[in-house]
Amino acid sequence: MTKYIIKRLIQLIPLLIGITLITFFVMHLAPGDPTALFTDPNIKPEELTRIRANWGLDKPVIVQYFVWLKNAAKLDFGYSYISGKPVIQEISERLPNTLILMSISFALILLISIPVGVMSAVRKGSAFDNIFTVISFVFMSIPTFWLALVFMLIFSLKLGWLPSFGNLVLPVTVMVISGLAGITRYQRASMIEVLGQEYIKVARAKGLPERMVIYKHALRNALIPIVTMLGLSLPDLFGGAFIIETIFAWPGMGRLGVAAVFSRNYPMIMGITVLTSLMIVIGNLLADIGYAIVDPRIRYAKKE
Amino acid sequence: MSKLLELKKLSVHYQNNKDIVKAVTNVDMVINEGEVVGLLGESGCGKSTLALSILRLIDPPGKIYGEILWGGNNLLNIPEQNMQRIRGAEISMIFQDPFSTLNPVFKVGEQIAEVFRVHKGSSRREAWKKAVEIMDKVHIKDPADRAKDYPHQFSGGMKQRVAVAMSYSLSPRLLIADEPTTALDVTMQKAILEVLKELKTTMLFISHNIAIISSVCDRVYVMQAGRIIEEGTPAEISNDPKNPYTAKLVNSYKEISI
Amino acid sequence: MLRKNKLFIFGLIILISFSLLAVFAHMIAPYDPSEIMENEIQGPSVSHWFGTDDLGRDILSRIIYGGRVSLSVAVVAVAVALTLGILIGSIAGYFGGLFDEIIMRFTDIMLSFPTIFLILAIQSVLSPNIYNVMIVIGATSWMGIARLVRGEFLSLKEREFVEAARAIGCSDLRIIFRHILPNSWPPVIVAGTLGMAGAILTESALSFLGLGVQPPMPSWGNMLMDSQAYLIDAPWMAVIPGLFIVLAVLSLYFVGEGLRQSLNPKEKQ
Repeated sequence: MTKYIIKRLIQLIPLLIGITLITFFVMHLAPGDPTALFTDPNIKPEELTRIRANWGLDKPVIVQYFVWLKNAAKLDFGYSYISGKPVIQEISERLPNTLILMSISFALILLISIPVGVMSAVRKGSAFDNIFTVISFVFMSIPTFWLALVFMLIFSLKLGWLPSFGNLVLPVTVMVISGLAGITRYQRASMIEVLGQEYIKVARAKGLPERMVIYKHALRNALIPIVTMLGLSLPDLFGGAFIIETIFAWPGMGRLGVAAVFSRNYPMIMGITVLTSLMIVIGNLLADIGYAIVDPRIRYAKKE
Repeated sequence: MSKLLELKKLSVHYQNNKDIVKAVTNVDMVINEGEVVGLLGESGCGKSTLALSILRLIDPPGKIYGEILWGGNNLLNIPEQNMQRIRGAEISMIFQDPFSTLNPVFKVGEQIAEVFRVHKGSSRREAWKKAVEIMDKVHIKDPADRAKDYPHQFSGGMKQRVAVAMSYSLSPRLLIADEPTTALDVTMQKAILEVLKELKTTMLFISHNIAIISSVCDRVYVMQAGRIIEEGTPAEISNDPKNPYTAKLVNSYKEISI
Repeated sequence: MLRKNKLFIFGLIILISFSLLAVFAHMIAPYDPSEIMENEIQGPSVSHWFGTDDLGRDILSRIIYGGRVSLSVAVVAVAVALTLGILIGSIAGYFGGLFDEIIMRFTDIMLSFPTIFLILAIQSVLSPNIYNVMIVIGATSWMGIARLVRGEFLSLKEREFVEAARAIGCSDLRIIFRHILPNSWPPVIVAGTLGMAGAILTESALSFLGLGVQPPMPSWGNMLMDSQAYLIDAPWMAVIPGLFIVLAVLSLYFVGEGLRQSLNPKEKQ
């Protein structure tokens, strides 16, 4: 298994290079150069030249990339165009808030989707299953930002139960509803597949009570792919965070990112893109390792 | 010899909207104590369905009709809880494909031990000890170490031995072996047959191979398209088949073996 | 199965209706969507079934024209995604080896980005309009299709009909396009349908943030952007476009799911 982990760690390198390459070159498609953002009319041309040299903007793009990459590797993404503070500082101040939002939401999603998915599979075709399937589809069709608006309208503005901003309840609720359906259906499919396996029939033939067959023999197998799902959901979870934080003014990295996009704060945009991608990559790696641990077929080598 | 199991007019029908598939039709069968009874037939003739119906393991939309007489009761009428006590303890089954019958995420020892824990209320330690003993009985080398391994760490033949161990652990009065050697290569086949013979237990042995049936069974039922078409000793069936289908089955097998 | 059929038909009807509305918008919409008709926001009434917005424009007409925009973005974006995905996936699956390795690495890289934010970042560099929205969404959603097609190719290229085609001298290109591809369309069709659902959601989010379809061209998303300031006073401005998005996406999911089940031989009785 150590070989497996090392192999995956090595695969990280081209991934990270590719991510930084794409991020850098996409951002440099921007028309004009960043100094155009200095709107102070009194700025002398020599100042601009000095700043350009300072930022290395007079060098060829490839060199600029490597300079930026070198710094990025140290987590130095330059300075925010808006606040002047180091990008990494602004991000690290807000990242914990985003992670809190995402982890609470994900924990709730798992808590709800696993039982519902398992129940739907066990009672496949029943009214329970059919109703939850339709509900899942409806939840998947609701745009996150609209759900956020509607909830804000109902619960904050009309009913006054919760504040619109600064409170976790509504953001988490919206994130959970948005993310619930996919994982529930996945768990259901996984459980259905496991229940069709021969070893389940064998378990019944051994005289095991049905509850044991389902919750010990079937579930343990059906939960394994969920670990992979953890990794695969990360891009969507982050995506949801960007939108939800913006609407509910939750002080996280997502809100920072969207604001950066609006203000064309390129160093910030690049920093957030790279860091988020990095987190997604690491998340996937951890999920893969988790999978290797949880599935004995991968964890223990064959013997014969 | 006393009757152990009797099937009377046993039928298994699958109903899906307007279609009815009759997998098993009006089967009469007797298995006496101490006998090894064979069930011979081609793939798809309903042999496995018959076996599963004895254990009442037919999933909807299948329904079982008729009588399964065991110990004076009709198994089709007893409550599910009682049936669970019989499965694995009094009547046990060995399945055909060793690669899919063991749960991949549990240790092999655990899968055998749980039979003791569920049926006999044994403690974890006792059950584990018993599991190792049974693994030894079916000639698995280093059973104490091997019990801690996972199914994928065993070869096909060894997996089947584990399956035999699992189903024999509580010394069931009737062992149903559904094509136990079909998925194995020839050397493994011999080994498993030896193991089964050693157990000296009343068995219903299912196969499509007349040669194997002849080497193991005292009596044979021949099945075609869900019905029993002939019954006799292996010698009678091979040398003097009364039903043309039986003749075809036996002869085609003889042709292949030459 | 019957229940799923009902959903499939429901979805199909909605989709066909929306498509008709989109195509014949100029004949069906009661008013010009940019025409300022009233001096103030009005709630739903007989003359304005969905009311008017903050600029006095008829919302029903804007919804109909907005539907045309949202649906066309979805169609073009998916077309782009399908083209890219099929090309990339078939090359990777058919030629294998180094091609496959490199292409799969590239796919993994693209999948590591937080897609919405990547799109936002790209839009911050361009000047957003309906055309680059279509292309950008397509350029960031081809990965799933590529993987799918690659998988199909990996399994299909070993089959006899491919060997036969090679034996009679078909070129690789011909084999790819005329032999293997036609056999892999069922999952691709399903993926395309689901892709459209995703594209509608993405475009509406983009337009909502002001980085998608630009006003005054109506899109369900940018109508929601306008509605934020009037959430309390004119809730219908926010509720109605959202409902239409939900309906459109839901129909696509029902149709996609129905297609997936009927094209998949695995469904037991």
